[in-house]
Amino acid sequence: MKRLSRYRRHKAAGPFLMILALLAIGTTFSVASATVKQAPNAFARSAAIDEGKQIFLKGCSSCHGLNAEGGAIAPSLIGVGAASVDFQVGTGRMPMADMSTQAMRKKPVYSAEQTAALAAYVASLAPGPAIPEDSVLNYERDGNTAQGGELFRNNCAMCHNFAGQGGALTEGKYAPTLMGVQPKQIYEALITGPQSMPVFSDKTITPAEKLSLIKWIKSAESEPNLGGATMGRIGPVTEGLLAWVLGIGMLIGIAVWLTTRAR
Amino acid sequence: MTPAEKTIGTVANYVDERIGAAGWVKKSLNKVFPDHWSFMLGEVCMYSFIILLLSGTFLTFWFDPSQRDVIYEGVYAPLKGLKMSAAYASTLDISFEVRGGLLMRQIHHWAANIFMAAIVAHLLRVFFTGAFRKPREFNWILGILLLTLGFVEGLFGYSLPDDLLSGTGLRITSAIIQAIPVVGTYISFFLFGGAFPGVGFIPRIFTLHVLLIPGAFLAVITIHVMLVWYQKHTQFPGVGRTEKNVVGHPILPVYMAKAGGFFFVVFGVIAFLSAIASINPIWLYGPYTPGQISAGSQPDWYMGWLDGLVRMAPPLETHAFGHTVSWNILIPALIVPGIVFTGMALYPFIESWITGDKREHHLLDRPRNVPNRTALGVMSVTFVMVALINGGNDIFATNFSLSINEIMWFSRIGIFVLPPLAFIITKRLCLSLQRADRDLLLHGTETGRLLRLPHGEFVEVHAPISAEKAFILQSHEQATSLEIEEVDSRGVRRPGSFKNKIQRRLSRAHAVAVPKVTDQELKEIEHH
Repeated sequence: MKRLSRYRRHKAAGPFLMILALLAIGTTFSVASATVKQAPNAFARSAAIDEGKQIFLKGCSSCHGLNAEGGAIAPSLIGVGAASVDFQVGTGRMPMADMSTQAMRKKPVYSAEQTAALAAYVASLAPGPAIPEDSVLNYERDGNTAQGGELFRNNCAMCHNFAGQGGALTEGKYAPTLMGVQPKQIYEALITGPQSMPVFSDKTITPAEKLSLIKWIKSAESEPNLGGATMGRIGPVTEGLLAWVLGIGMLIGIAVWLTTRAR
Repeated sequence: MTPAEKTIGTVANYVDERIGAAGWVKKSLNKVFPDHWSFMLGEVCMYSFIILLLSGTFLTFWFDPSQRDVIYEGVYAPLKGLKMSAAYASTLDISFEVRGGLLMRQIHHWAANIFMAAIVAHLLRVFFTGAFRKPREFNWILGILLLTLGFVEGLFGYSLPDDLLSGTGLRITSAIIQAIPVVGTYISFFLFGGAFPGVGFIPRIFTLHVLLIPGAFLAVITIHVMLVWYQKHTQFPGVGRTEKNVVGHPILPVYMAKAGGFFFVVFGVIAFLSAIASINPIWLYGPYTPGQISAGSQPDWYMGWLDGLVRMAPPLETHAFGHTVSWNILIPALIVPGIVFTGMALYPFIESWITGDKREHHLLDRPRNVPNRTALGVMSVTFVMVALINGGNDIFATNFSLSINEIMWFSRIGIFVLPPLAFIITKRLCLSLQRADRDLLLHGTETGRLLRLPHGEFVEVHAPISAEKAFILQSHEQATSLEIEEVDSRGVRRPGSFKNKIQRRLSRAHAVAVPKVTDQELKEIEHH
């Protein structure tokens, strides 16, 4: 003890104690605030529903109605299911920023917990498609890329383009790009049919086929640019632009140079 | 004479005694070509055609033009195990398993896009400078023929791989053929060997693409170039250049060196593009199945305006005597292009009828000095551009956050409103430029030097322009209109006076121009 007290007037003692105190507070806080992850029991679920209802009343009810019954500008949410909420809120589409054409993907407004609470609340109103479990979404193991490609070209490419880059719909609406969308969200979009998209029920595209689709989309996402710069993977329009601007542009430039008289 | 020269002389003499072309060769090597960058656009066409022949030959070594079904077992994993045509599978093999195959495919496709772009640029140069005038009308028609051949050759070329995009193009092609009243269905069945897609079309267009059309191309290009050779190249006006001479470099050595070097430049630019930028990535499109289609399916750029015209056509269809006439396809895909191409081919004759000018022309016009022709050209380009934009309406809609319906309505109205507007604006611009030329001649250029006169007035000093420039600005003819009387000297109406009336009206419109500076005016200026 005496040995230690020798250092109490050392000039590093103050900062050292400060760091020690901060560490102690931080550790205590993180231990105290850590919750043990449990299987959701009835009590926790009803708590989530209550929390979700509070969020809903604050953030959603002005359009969707106090009981999610819908209104003049927004649809009823009774029976849309947790998957729909998880997709719309989790991709940032809801709450909507601009009601002119369609909800666009943006940074989510609510945290994962708040989204889960909202989903629990809406799911409690009436049965609907549930959020797919992680164990169901093992597309790497259960999907087949080539089959997914066939399914994609048969069912998705007419709106989302051959490489999932998105495409135009009528009146300013559009099928968004599928690059960078989480597998869970792709699955949810398929079973809930957000906005202009049709629902692809498990009878139309089986759960196994959905995983193949996801696997193909993920492979298109990581597909290397085999032939060089792709200019957006949107077909010949950008190719023609490049042929004129770069190709003919360079050739005319060189022709001008070749025919310039030496001065 | 050095021993080397002696040897060359002996060899040359040996050859000449057997071929006897020394006189012709001598004359040809002394031939002179004028120098201007825009005269090299035709060369770009010819060189990219040679590149197309070479790279295309390479591709035929591995391409299997067959619609027989195969199961893909190649190296591209996302398509492994799929059923597809041998044509598509072999194109995948060329892309991924033949050494240099993908580069060669991309060279072939980029060269095709640049070939067509260079043809259009060359055509515009010839049109705007009046190089099509007598005696070069036939060569103009041959040029239009080459452009038309290019459309067909290009369409067949990008249809061959039998991928999803090219199959979509063929589906539209078959629909356009079927839109021909009465016989359309029969022609479509005949060409496709049955109902679409059939199994015969790919092998058939392969033969046309690699044999018949390139043969026709070679023949027409040869005549086209020989006529340029024989009729001599046109030149821009300048000091010492007349209707009777050609001022420029002789074939040997300067022109030959430049032209030969330029071939490698064209090859280099195309190879560079092919090395850095992907074109027609057929492995992403997938094999063709009639039940599938992709958003944003577009043809190559030179077909885009036709696609755009079809896209903007309102749904019009009539049924009569058991036949359906699809006006919405017939008009934009067959009638309008028919009018456009016929009009283009006949233009030299139409213009000479309007101006009454039957003389030979070897000196080119500066576009501003023929406002009507220039305005007509810009009007046509505007028409094609509006159609082309509508051809990519879905791409523009998604990438610029626009409504596809609004773009379509913009094009539907714009296709009628914008070309005449472009005509009027261009004509005014040309006349303004003529006025600027006149000012330049009479008052010289502004020097930016301000002078204060003794009584306090500020004036800017103008410097006279160079003699060369002054010559060019005065070189054109003052346009005059035809004087056609509706009645003859005895007061009797001429036969065909309606035709004469149109001719007179057009001729007057064509001859609108700012008065040229007269010698008198120039003299007065000098006395100042």
